[in-house]
Amino acid sequence: MRGERRRRYIASFLLLAAAAVLCLILNVCIGSVRISLPEMADILRGSSQDRTAARILYDIRMPRALAALVLGGALALAGYLLQTFFHNPIAGPFVLGISSGAKMTVAIVMVFLLGRQVRVSTAALIGAAFAGAMLSMGVVLLMSRSVEQMSALIVAGVMIGYICSAVTELIVTFADDADIVNLHNWSRGSFSGMTWENVAVMSAVTAAAFAAVLLLAKPMDAYMLGEAYAANLGVDVRLLRVRMVLLSSLLSACIVAYAGPVSFVGMAAPHLVKRLFGTAKPVVMIPACFLGGSVFCLFCDLLARNLLAPAEIGISTVTAVFGAPVVLWIIGKRGKERAV
Amino acid sequence: MTEYFFRTEQLAVGYREPLIGEIEIRLKKGEILTLLGPNGAGKSTVLKSIARQLAPLGGTVWLGEDCVERMSGAALSRRMAVVMTERLRAELMTCADVVATGRYPYTGRFGILSEADRRAVREAMELVQVAELWGTDFAKVSDGQRQRVMLARAVCQEPELLILDEPTSYLDVRYKLEFLSLLQKMRREKGLTVILSLHELELAERISDRICCLNGRYVDRIGTPEEIFVPGYLKTLFGITSGSYDEENGSMELAAPRGEPEVFVIAGGGSGRAAYRRLQREGTAFATGILFDNDLDIPAARALAARVIEAEAFGPVGRRQLADARECLDACKRVLCCRRTFGVYEEANRELLAYAKERGKEMEIL
Repeated sequence: MRGERRRRYIASFLLLAAAAVLCLILNVCIGSVRISLPEMADILRGSSQDRTAARILYDIRMPRALAALVLGGALALAGYLLQTFFHNPIAGPFVLGISSGAKMTVAIVMVFLLGRQVRVSTAALIGAAFAGAMLSMGVVLLMSRSVEQMSALIVAGVMIGYICSAVTELIVTFADDADIVNLHNWSRGSFSGMTWENVAVMSAVTAAAFAAVLLLAKPMDAYMLGEAYAANLGVDVRLLRVRMVLLSSLLSACIVAYAGPVSFVGMAAPHLVKRLFGTAKPVVMIPACFLGGSVFCLFCDLLARNLLAPAEIGISTVTAVFGAPVVLWIIGKRGKERAV
Repeated sequence: MTEYFFRTEQLAVGYREPLIGEIEIRLKKGEILTLLGPNGAGKSTVLKSIARQLAPLGGTVWLGEDCVERMSGAALSRRMAVVMTERLRAELMTCADVVATGRYPYTGRFGILSEADRRAVREAMELVQVAELWGTDFAKVSDGQRQRVMLARAVCQEPELLILDEPTSYLDVRYKLEFLSLLQKMRREKGLTVILSLHELELAERISDRICCLNGRYVDRIGTPEEIFVPGYLKTLFGITSGSYDEENGSMELAAPRGEPEVFVIAGGGSGRAAYRRLQREGTAFATGILFDNDLDIPAARALAARVIEAEAFGPVGRRQLADARECLDACKRVLCCRRTFGVYEEANRELLAYAKERGKEMEIL
């Protein structure tokens, strides 16, 4: 029994890691300019003569692919934290309006600062996004006190999302013409235009958050049984909840600051990973969710860039196509379980 | 003071508003205490306050030498385990996984189980006789099994004090008995002290060393089962107004039919109970006799009959009783005889039956 389980974990991890590597390579190679594997190897070794290809690889594709990897993982992790927090399988940063809250504050800060010709540092963007995420989270938490049903909480989250999006639209309308294009793209969610500096900052933030989440694996394990049982097992439930809220908000903020709101990854990826591993144990799920989210986002970004090339599809459009059916499947399954 | 393993001193509990105050519970190691009381009397509130799920509004809870309020969460979790009424959420967990969560206070930073932990899980499951459910999905087991797995989980936590909130509520009679037998076994083998709440009076009477009765405002009475199960007490505690509960025999009956008796039931030796209940269901008032006052039919007869002709047990039936019975029978339209034959000491009932025939009463002989 134990050996069997361990084998399944190892096999699943290997599968996800292989998928991540494969997607990473595909993302780098495939695009409006195709770069073959030998060419890529040459460029990486520095022996290539093709300067344009090298520029595309280094300046555009690699940062973008790495960003999808890091942010996808962060998104899935944020979703997993929220699902655990609310004991709600369809919770996620997007449906609960947390992404939209972050988007709203980022838009406010960008329009305000750009209007004054001030260059916006990425740290400021993350800070703004975090404030917005916490704002939405606060409202969701207030709602969760009065609504018992998981569906009602989700509806409340979606409403918060609508309000924030409407405010964002309003702000974008008032922005200068030059900003609109950028803001508009970003507010729909996109991994385009990543720089190495972006990747460095997001990796640092995500890595720190990831480590912090991993340290919560044990109390989260007890928390999943229900608050009363967690308390009896010696968990400081209030402290744990505060940490989970802060970390999920930070992760959501990090994503929104760079890629805008990306839907369904946070909701769907943890479930697919749970099924793959056949467990919900946090100590396994935390790294697994991260990897799963990375693969999911890399794959979706690949399609977003190439399906209608040279035009790009919004990343959320693609993630919705793959993520929404997963959510429908969860709802259907839960309904059936309750009927039994 | 230290002869008690568990005690509460002037404990006051409630949600913001005090619900019950001045709770003084004293338990020796290995004793089983049951909280009894009507719905909403505060049983769960008291249990939650003892388990530190709910902050007490006053007073202290002592576990051995330690004040529960001042203990760290980790220290308390090694000494006290709970089985609550709230369902434990278990996603993709086998029964062994659920039991293993009881090892939480003993595992390291990431909660990885050691060989010793795994052994403790296995032992706990064997003790509670759910070892065969090791790899079964927790969501798929029956209510009875689930409750036993929960008990194994609590046992696996190696507590000294076990708190159970209505552990038998959703179990059928077989599982109720099995579950409580297990509690007794735990107490004997592990010296566990147990505090639980029950709705089943008859089970509370049998399993408890001490019973604490709550009525929603204060601790009404606390003592041994003999002290609690005295005539009339539980009827008052639960505010029974319709029907009756007989503390001494543990039998309960629905409300007696009203009015003058229409049927006279000749019964004895437990033969009449079914007839009494049938008449109760029909709503027909009846009289019955002649019953010795230790007869098996007596509890139901006293609860349901409009009139019971009783005779003192172990003695002869007097002329008085026979005369009373005849008079009573005369007033009834119908006679129901539950006795096929009459023993030596039932001569009076034989005479009564003959009298009924002689008077041409409508007869029904069962």
